[in-house]
This record gives sequence, structure tokens and C-alpha cells, in this order.
Amino acid sequence: MVPFAGYSMPVQYAPGIMAEHLHTRAAAGLFDVSHMGQAELVGEGAAAALEKLTPADVQGLKPGRQRYGVLLNPQGGIVDDFMFSNMGDRLFLVVNASRKHVDLPLIESVLPAGVTLRALPDRALLALQGPGAVAALATLLPDVAALKFMGVWAGDGMIISRSGYTGEDGVEISVPAEAAAAFARKLLALPGVLPAGLGARDSLRLEAGLCLYGNDIDESTSPVEANLVWSIGKRRRMEWNFPGAETIRNQLDHGVTRLRVGIQPEGRQPARGHTPIQAGGATIGEITSGGFGPSVNAPVAMGYVAREHAADGTPLDLLVRGKGLPARVAPLPFHPHRYAR
Amino acid sequence: MSDMKFSKDHEWLRLEGDIATVGITDHAQNALGDVVFVDLPEIGREVAQGEAIAVVESVKAASDVYAPLAGRVVEVNSALVDNPALINSDPTAKGWFFRIEPSGALPDDLMDENAYAAFVETL
Repeated sequence: MVPFAGYSMPVQYAPGIMAEHLHTRAAAGLFDVSHMGQAELVGEGAAAALEKLTPADVQGLKPGRQRYGVLLNPQGGIVDDFMFSNMGDRLFLVVNASRKHVDLPLIESVLPAGVTLRALPDRALLALQGPGAVAALATLLPDVAALKFMGVWAGDGMIISRSGYTGEDGVEISVPAEAAAAFARKLLALPGVLPAGLGARDSLRLEAGLCLYGNDIDESTSPVEANLVWSIGKRRRMEWNFPGAETIRNQLDHGVTRLRVGIQPEGRQPARGHTPIQAGGATIGEITSGGFGPSVNAPVAMGYVAREHAADGTPLDLLVRGKGLPARVAPLPFHPHRYAR
Repeated sequence: MSDMKFSKDHEWLRLEGDIATVGITDHAQNALGDVVFVDLPEIGREVAQGEAIAVVESVKAASDVYAPLAGRVVEVNSALVDNPALINSDPTAKGWFFRIEPSGALPDDLMDENAYAAFVETL
């Protein structure tokens, strides 16, 4: 158990990170991610209000669907990344644990009369991830089998989205806290389901090329630099009415000086976060997440490099303990996504 | 293993003749988790007691491995390069790291097996 964002979290269970990671890719892993912030936005104009803070297309999201977005500061820096779902009569939000104290007041500050933000601290969040996850859950809740990737189902007090943070098919289940432990035990009793900790969650998301807030993105990185332009809605790119729109428009028109890329070290030695990246003896960037990818069976990393060094295959040197470790810019994800599209 | 000595850095040492074989303890490998990489010292390197001379990387983190005594590195376990998991599966035998020819007496703060077990209990 380790402290994380004010919570006591399991890094790993008895089988260890490697086994939990591989089991999640082969069958199903159950992650307790109740530290994530959950909230709902209710009232006429809720979607338009949220668009004051994010370049995502919130108003165009159909009922029963979920989408990924970033909240931006006036400079176009990323305040947080988050998931939002259209529940018909409300928007359901999931934000990062370490940022909920920032996000919720920020959202509150832009709401017009009649739109209410309600934090949901009494809801737990369970992620059941892996190729066997939905089939296993469907033995308890047959309706979830019909969900497609980023589809959302609500019932029995739960909100279930077919999404996650591992690159695998799977679901995230929001459940009232008082029912969470019993429901988690039910899930763990399903064939093929084993518990997995924060360690495996991190190695899975890194292989899947997904950003970790605070490591790979923060208030100093823009969605263009972070290679998250896909999260900006088409309509929003015509309206340019989100925070930092001028900066981001300029970056899209003229390019950025640095970009987030995948980085594959040669050999077996991992390069961790904050490792300096060099090219031709000059420092041109820094690793933001790095470790060993159990499914890739090799070290994997991501980080920011100067734009002229960002093309796939570009050779780099990673300065690990004073020695240059050869590496190359690599396409993301390191392990193919297997979503139920 | 009555001839094994242990350090507070969770390393073990076994003196056979003039040569000390060094590795990390079962407690250490368990705390590190799955080992994926080791960086071993150069053969012939003169090392001081407490000097970081090797690195062990698990899926979780990187950790230094220290020379528990002063001397000269005379051999390293090259089997670990291709199979670092030996450190997890057999930490006190096949998972040894390096061998040192001591330049003096053993440090007097090394523990025997019982004292080390008691030390781990206090953590």
C-alpha cells in the first residue's frame, strides 16, 4: 500500500505487477480507482457551460455516450484531463484524484444560473479491464454486453462505461460507496477476474500510450504539444471559443517547439521519468513516463522532444545515471488498443 | 546458511576463501518486485565500502546495489544480464550479483541471519 493523492492505494497484490499486467491483457483485472473524482453537472445549458473550459465537443455528445477531454487554462495549458458522459438529464464527469480540488471549483466558477455541479464523493469507481471483462460482467448485468466502446449504461444505482485506462476492452463502474465492497467481491468471484494494483495500471496505460496527469501533461503543456489534438472537437476548431484558443490556433497553424512522443530504449534498461533526452550531445527533451512494458517485454517511455527530433525512428540518447542509453522515437501505442468499437 | 552475513542495505555476503559473493536478500527482491534489468560493475574495479556499484531495475523502480565491503570486483554474474528474474526466483544462490576480493577485514556492522531477520521485523 502506498499514499497516492491523499488515498492509501495498493501498488500491487501478491502476484506482482508483471503478473497482474499480463493477466489483465489475457483475461481481466479489477482495479479499485475510487480515488478518481466523480461529479455530475445538471441543468439546462450544462454542456455549453462545460465548453467554456474544454475544447472538446460536449454539446454534440449523444445520450449514452462518453468522451475524453481536457480542461484548459487561459494560456492553453492542461488543467486536467477527464471523461464526460451524456446521461440524458445530466453530464457525468470523472476527473483525476490529484486535480479534483482544482477542477471542481473551476467548473463551478463558469456555471450560469440553473446549472449545478454536484461532487459525488460517496461513489466508488471500479475498473474491470481486459478481453474477458465484459463477458464476465455480463453474467451479472447482461445489458453491458451491448455497449460499444465509450458507450454508457446506467441502472441499479450504477453508471457503467465501456472504457478504461489500459488499452484493453473493459468497463469502469461507478457504484455507491456502501455497495462497492460487496460488488467488488462479486466481480472477483467471476471466472478469470483477478485484482490488479496501481503499478499494473501504470504499466498498462504507458504501453497503451495514455497520458498520466502530472507526469505527461500539466498546466505548462498544451494539447497540441501533448499530441491530444484529437480531443478538440471539429466545431470547436471553427468557433475558437475555449480558453487559450488563440495560443492553440497559433500552434496548430505554425507548429509547436516540442511534442510528446513514444520512446523505445534499445536493450533492456528502462529510462524513468525526468531522464534527460539528448541528440548530438545537446539536451532536446525529457522523459515524462518510463518503465518496463511487460507485454512489449522491453522498456517503454514517453516524453517531450524538440519538434525536429519527433519523427518516428529518430535516434536519441537517454541520459541514465550519466551514461547515454540509445533509444528511438516510436509510434504510440506500444501495445495495440483492443477496444470494442 | 550460517556462513552468510547481511547488511542493513538488504544485501547478503558469503565469504569463501578470499572471495566474498554478494547479492540482495529475499526481503529486498520481494520489495522490488519483478526485476527486469541489472547494471553490473566492471571486473577489476576497486570499490569502497558503501559505494553504489550496481543497479537493479524492477517494473516498479530502480535501486542501487552497494559494495558491502571494500575491495576489488573479481567476477560478476553475467547470467543476470539475460535472466534478471533469477534475482527474484533464487536471490541468495543463482541470483548473486558480484564477487569481491576484500582489501581488509569485514565491516563489523554486518549481521548474521537471525539478527537480519530481527532487523527486517523492525521495518
